[in-house]
Amino acid sequence: MQRTDTAPKPVSMPKLSRETIVNIAVMAILLALPLWASSIGEDYYVNLASLITIFAIAGVGLNFAIGQGGMVSFGHAAFFGIGGYTTGIAAFHSFEETLFVAMPFAISGTNQMLIIWIVAMVICGIAALAIGAISLRTEGVYFIMITLAFAQMIYYFAISWPTYGGEDGLSIYLRNQLPMVDAESALTFFLVCFILLLGAIFVSARLSGSRFGAALGTARMNETRLATSGIDPFPIKLTGFVISAMITGLAGALFAELNGFVGPSMLSWHRSGEIMVFVILGGVGRLYGPVIGAALFVLLETYIGEWTQHWQLLLGLALLGVVLFARGGVMGMIAGRARHD
Amino acid sequence: MTAALIFEQVLNGLQFGLTLFLMAAGLTLVFGVMGLINLAHGSLYMVGAFCCAWITQQTGSFWLGLGGGVLGAAAAGALIEMLVIRRLYDRDHLDQVLATFALILIFSEGTRMVFGSMPLYLNIPAALGGTMALPGVEAYPVYRLFIILAALAVAMLLYLLISKTRLGMRIRAGESDREMIAALGVDIKTLYTIVFALGAAIAGLSGALVGALRSVQVGMGEPVLILAFVVIVIGGIGSIKGALIGSILIGLVDTLGRIFIPVILKFFMENASANSIGAALSSMLIYLMMAGILAVKPKGLFNATN
Repeated sequence: MQRTDTAPKPVSMPKLSRETIVNIAVMAILLALPLWASSIGEDYYVNLASLITIFAIAGVGLNFAIGQGGMVSFGHAAFFGIGGYTTGIAAFHSFEETLFVAMPFAISGTNQMLIIWIVAMVICGIAALAIGAISLRTEGVYFIMITLAFAQMIYYFAISWPTYGGEDGLSIYLRNQLPMVDAESALTFFLVCFILLLGAIFVSARLSGSRFGAALGTARMNETRLATSGIDPFPIKLTGFVISAMITGLAGALFAELNGFVGPSMLSWHRSGEIMVFVILGGVGRLYGPVIGAALFVLLETYIGEWTQHWQLLLGLALLGVVLFARGGVMGMIAGRARHD
Repeated sequence: MTAALIFEQVLNGLQFGLTLFLMAAGLTLVFGVMGLINLAHGSLYMVGAFCCAWITQQTGSFWLGLGGGVLGAAAAGALIEMLVIRRLYDRDHLDQVLATFALILIFSEGTRMVFGSMPLYLNIPAALGGTMALPGVEAYPVYRLFIILAALAVAMLLYLLISKTRLGMRIRAGESDREMIAALGVDIKTLYTIVFALGAAIAGLSGALVGALRSVQVGMGEPVLILAFVVIVIGGIGSIKGALIGSILIGLVDTLGRIFIPVILKFFMENASANSIGAALSSMLIYLMMAGILAVKPKGLFNATN
């Protein structure tokens, strides 16, 4: 190898895109603030950060369906709520020491979060398989309305089913447990949520970069083209929808733990709208967009809510402003257009 | 379980279905002509009810209130069309959903700022307050019959407007090819505002009529809005005929289901569980029906844009 210059080349940092810098900054702030708040004994702010993190996970789930698959689901509250109710029902039976199912084989409740998470995600996956199998036969505005209607169906079911609280919801008296760590501690619970958020983003990123993700992205842009290349779009989209629902369901399970309560409001269509707001406020299809969206939403709600009880009016105006004038959301404003557009 | 009870419940179902039609007609018209999915339609229903209740309180006349409700909703519709909705026609459905979701927040909170969180009460006008005997039913509320007749009259007027007038011709032309009628010199912007205000006026009428049966409060439009979505999805988006048939179907299935499912279940199980399972099942019934219809016909029963 011939080298003409004798001086060693300076080791340069890889050039980071502006979006990457924003992502790193956002995650660093989200991690640092609760650590600091916990060190001065302000658990309130730690829980606020947990809430942001949980909403962000829900948003990452929906973002996979909308941003990658082009499936505008207006019913993700269904999965958020199913995840929450799984937690609530498992804890209820564990607390009461009763069986969830007695026949044909006994299933008891549990207070182990790891088991609950897996069960919650599996149930959400099955629900999404059923809802998706019917909804994905349609497209466009029909798909939006059908997912909304299915979520309403589950909402009314939860309201009118008296065993688990009906309209009043279900309290979780003791937070469920994790092996080796103390999940009761606000900071530990935040860190658990944070790690799961990183996990959700990682899964979403790896899937988007995989062959499956490429097929799903093509299904969003041009289904016919995907079909002519020999891949049936329907199972690809259904799989994407199921994965998206499972991630959102995990967020629901965490939300129930954080609040110590599950109720029908987790399933309401306002919740579906809010999860959609996280995605769009941050920027559709941006991996870390939902984190920004959820953070803005929670901070707006908390701080404007302290100042005036009519915070929803301002939220509405802010949202309208973003949709009409800042296409691409906050990430679009800071970091420019997404690469893949 | 007598024939009279069944007949009475069929009338109730018809009344419920026809008020849904008044909502669904505007939604499906706006979607058919402008391609817009409007979540804020429920807010216009609420505006109609609040205007009606307030004017009735001030003047003592329900009829002035009813007119005011229709005009108020139409004005609110025209206003948001010119300020916001107009910018959304070219956007994808995601942006439309979000912007109109934002409008719901603004309308609900704005109404709460003006009228407070307590519900308003709107009394049924004295002339329609009584009951009347129908074949098989001893006493059926006159006001509910009035709602049925008023909604049928609106359906008839809407049909005449769309199929017989120049405005209706332009609306139909806008549904099939909007660029072409703009090129033919029709002022498409004004046409869109008129269509939107028309849908809003019908929604306001529905809100004002139902407001006298139930309380007038913030958020009253949202359950109706979602049912109206189910109606137009079943009927086929953009089709007014589909909306009429879909809404009557939903009204009847929902009302009769709530009465008869627990009764039927009692043949198979004990009373308590029949009641709770019956309640859960009947509240899901219309959604199950929607799923069933869409599994067979993914574009609804009467798709206009086929």
